[in-house]
Parts: sequence; C-alpha cells; structure tokens
Amino acid sequence: MSEDKKMKELIIQGAVYKTTFTRKFEERVKWEAPDTNMLYSFIPGTIIDIFVKPKQKVKEGETLLLLEAMKMQNQLRMPFDGEIVKIHVKKDETIPNNYLIMEIKPKK
Amino acid sequence: MSLRSNILDLRKRKKEVQKGGGEKAMEMQAKMGKLTARERIIALLDKNSFHEYDLFVEHSAKDFGMESKVLHGDGVIIGTGTIKSKPICIFAQDFTVAGGSLGIMHARKITKIMDHALKMRVPLIGINDSGGARIQEGVNSLAGYGEIFFRNTLSSGVIPQISVILGPCAGGAVYSPALTDFVFVVENISKMFITGPSVIKSVLGEEISMEELGGARVHAEITGNAHFFAKTELECFEQIKTLISYIPRSNAKKALAYPPKPPLKGKKIEDIVPVDARIPYDMRDIIKTITDGSEFLEVMELFAPNIIIGFGRMDGETVGFVANQPMVLAGVLDCDSSDKAARFIRYCDAFNIPIVTLEDMPGYLPGVDQEHAGVIRHGAKILYAYSEATVPKVTVILRKAYGGGYIAMNSRHLRADFVFAWPTAEIAVMGPEGAANIVFRKEIAEAENPEEMRQQKIQEYKEKFANPYVAAAQGYIDEVIEPRVTRSRILHALQVSENKSVFLPSKKHGIPPF
Repeated sequence: MSEDKKMKELIIQGAVYKTTFTRKFEERVKWEAPDTNMLYSFIPGTIIDIFVKPKQKVKEGETLLLLEAMKMQNQLRMPFDGEIVKIHVKKDETIPNNYLIMEIKPKK
Repeated sequence: MSLRSNILDLRKRKKEVQKGGGEKAMEMQAKMGKLTARERIIALLDKNSFHEYDLFVEHSAKDFGMESKVLHGDGVIIGTGTIKSKPICIFAQDFTVAGGSLGIMHARKITKIMDHALKMRVPLIGINDSGGARIQEGVNSLAGYGEIFFRNTLSSGVIPQISVILGPCAGGAVYSPALTDFVFVVENISKMFITGPSVIKSVLGEEISMEELGGARVHAEITGNAHFFAKTELECFEQIKTLISYIPRSNAKKALAYPPKPPLKGKKIEDIVPVDARIPYDMRDIIKTITDGSEFLEVMELFAPNIIIGFGRMDGETVGFVANQPMVLAGVLDCDSSDKAARFIRYCDAFNIPIVTLEDMPGYLPGVDQEHAGVIRHGAKILYAYSEATVPKVTVILRKAYGGGYIAMNSRHLRADFVFAWPTAEIAVMGPEGAANIVFRKEIAEAENPEEMRQQKIQEYKEKFANPYVAAAQGYIDEVIEPRVTRSRILHALQVSENKSVFLPSKKHGIPPF
C-alpha cells in the first residue's frame, strides 16, 4: 500500500469509492460458469487408452478414456447420456492439467 | 589432572563444538547472505546476555553411516538471554551442521527450551533455518516435529511465541511457525512451503521458482503466513526487539508500561478525513495522531491492507489497534481482512492488551470469489473474536459503518465497552445509494426522470439516516465526539476500564469458525 498506487474505483452497494487495489484483488480469477460439454483434465498425465470415437453415442457412466497420472489409471467417464463431438487428445499423449480432452453433448 | 587442565579441556571442547559445521559451511552460509545461528543470536539478544545449554548434545542415529558422523550440537543452538532487558528463551537451527536437519536429539534440544519457556512464563523465539527432517533418522525425526507442534499448541496464549524464518523451512517443519503468534521473514532468505517446486513440477506440470512459491514476499503479501517482512536479517532483528517491547512476557502479566509521551505535532486529526465518505485517506495517519510519540508497530502490513492491525502506546500502555483502511479496497471486510483482524483480536485478548477499533468501512467485498472462498465462515471470525474478548474494547466510528460490518467492528452489540462516533459517522444498514435504490424503488421507476429522482431520494435518505444520531438515540453510541478529542476520549475510556471484569459462561473451549 502506498501513495504512488493509482486510484481506482470500487462500487459497493451503489456507491463509487475512490481507493487502491491489492495485487491479490487484481489477480483474482473471474468466475465463469462451467461448460459441462467440455471435459478437461483434472491432473497432468498420459492418455493410455481411448475407448470412443467422434459421433459415437455413449451412456452415462461409460468409460471414455484412461488417463495415467501418479501411477494411477484414472477413468474418465461420461457424465450423462449423450454423444462424442470431438476428441482433442491421442493415445500415448502427455497432457498438462486443465487441458481440453474432449467435447461432448447431451442426448436430445 | 589439575583443575586448571580440566578447565582448559572444557574450553577446548566448547571451542570445537562452537565451530558448528566448520569453516567451509560457514562460508557457504555467508555466500547465501545469511548470518550463522550463533551470529544471529548475538545480534538479536542484549550484549553478553546469552547463555547456551546442551552444547555437548550429540545425535543418536545409527544407520546409513551416521554412527561415524559428528554433528556439533546436533545442528541447533538453545539458550536463554534478554532482549531490552526482558528474559526470553531461544533456539536457532544451525544450517552449517547437516543443513540444520532435524533429528531426535535436535528436536529434544528444542523441546527442552520450549518446556523451559512455558514453565518460566517467558517468550520463546525460534530461528528456523533447516533443510527439514533428517531422513536417516526416519520416524524419529517425525516424532521430533510432533513433540514441537504439541508444545507450540500448549504454549499458545500462555507465552508469546515468535518464529523467525531465516532460511528454508519446508514440509512438516512449517507447522511450528504456523502455530506460533508472529512469523518474521526476510526477503531472498526465507523460504516456506509444504511441497517444493520440483514436486509441484513433476506432479502438476507447473513451473515456479522457490522465491515465487514460498519466498518472504509471498508469505507477507499473499498467504498471510508471515506477520513481519524485512529486507535484511538485521532489520528483522530490530522488528523483533520492537515487538518484544510492546507485549507482555506471559498471559498472567500486562505489557510493561513506558513513560507517557504526547503524539507528535503533525496534521490535525480533523484535517485528515474528507467529509465525503467515498474519498479515501490513510488511516495510519489517524492512528499516529492518537498514539504516544505517533509510534505504531504495524502487523501484517502487506497482507490484506484493507484492514490495519498493530500496536501503539497510549499514556505509556500498550494498545492493540484494529482499523479499516479506506485507502485500500475502500476498507471493505473480506476473507483475508477478517482472518487478519480476528486473530489479532484474539492475540490481544489472550495477552491483556486493550483493543481500540477505528471504523470506516462500506461493508463486505462483493464477488463470487469471496463467496466461494467462504466469506461467511471467515467473516464470522471477527464476530467471534470481538464477542469473546474480555479486555477493554473501545470503538470510534469515523465515517461509514454500514450493515454487517457495523456489527462486526466491535459494536455495542458485541459488548464494546465504549462506542464513540464522529459527527461525520454514517451508521446505517447500508449506504444511502444502495438504500435509496431499494426503499424508493417504485418512486424511482415511475418518475419521469428516474436518475433525477434517484439523486433526490439518495439525498433524502442521507439527511435522515446517514448520521450518528439515529444510533445515538438508541444508546448504541455512547457519545458523539468532536474529532479533536478522539485521543483523550479513548484514553479516558481505557483508564476507567482498567479493572474491567466480566464473566463468560464456563466451558472447555468454544468452537470458533476456523
């Protein structure tokens, strides 16, 4: 906190306050509604097998692929009845955390 | 052997052990910009006051070739001494000896001095500079950590515990500092984390340097694990000495009083605060018009600076200040500032330090991140801490006191002993802008010129409710005071509260919203 920080405006309950921001406030992650049709990796690892193909109809709970991380074979499962739209990974590919693995869509 | 030769033998033995890890290791230590453990103790304590114990303790490891290794003092120095003539117990890990790694005898030396500190009711200072558990000693080194954590917890709220991080402090080791009252860090020297950069990289694929992950600035500004940040070790020691001057040696004592002195002549208090509640000012300037000699030791200066906590003196006696800072985030309450204030309030309460609260805040910080981070649970900590505190509690409302924040900032309803308000105080369920929008929604919507009507209604609401007199009419405010008498009113309030005695229902302990 110092005088040389630029004054910003912060709105609280309709009133506009002149003030400064903290680094933590400015770097906070803006919230976005999760898109349930996008499947992201929850841990970095290696894709050791893929069981589905694009346009394939899949039932809720069916295993889509295996992601090996920390010596564990994690099954990525279908969250609802639907269809595979696009697959963004290949077998034996190593992917980072939060990486888009697959696009899906629910059954109409 | 004659007595003389016995003495010479003792001196020789002492000299040998005091070499620590030897010249080479000491050079390495200096290269990293660090003092040695012994140099640190000497720099921190009063001249010639340090007395060392357990100098000749040796490690007891028998595996992995350890049996043939000599580790002087087993990598830690313990003893007693004084700071500003006040007795303290101290331990300092010696990084030059096996990287300051913690084995069972090392831990036993630390727990010995911790037991002394608790028994003798004197502050404990721990200087951490260690590579972590001594792997060769296996579960014994874990046992050592556990014994330390247990004693940290037992001593909590009985004697002041101060941790000084002057090197690495990683893995389980970090939990001892985390259990203590105040953590001191030094730029480029302190490193604290549970899992280091290499593990994070291999598991999560995230690359980060040690400094960015757990350096001094990170803990002082982002995590809130550290309370005092310094650029050099010597600056850090000065901070510790100042802190020691403000706090009592145990929960059975009051902090030592100093000769009273008036605040420095500077800006007049009434000239610091703009009347428009939306324009900021530096609350620290207000505190400095109140404290003796305008001195103020700010705690956690860089973390959640939207609230200010710290120690000052009034008529020579230590006072803890909790104050909103309009200069940062308009002085809102949020998760971090709630944690920061609540823990400080509990510290003051445990160690018989009266609390003065200076209030000027617009409410809670809105945001999904705040709600999801648990601002309900975190915000509740302030309510809990103020309600539970039985030390004298004085509040001065300078300008805004809106909504839940009004209640939280040591209001009458949480048993503040004295609540004063400036004539500029606005005590209401929310600010005029927000309130007018709700109360006069219909009028505003139906008006020919809604914006004009809104402004008119805001003004109307302001005149009626944005003042201290509605609250004063209910007795929630004891007195509406002119700003220039702020210091004298607080002083008087603290004087008449000196023998305060309240009774809380007996219980084993409460369950605060951690």
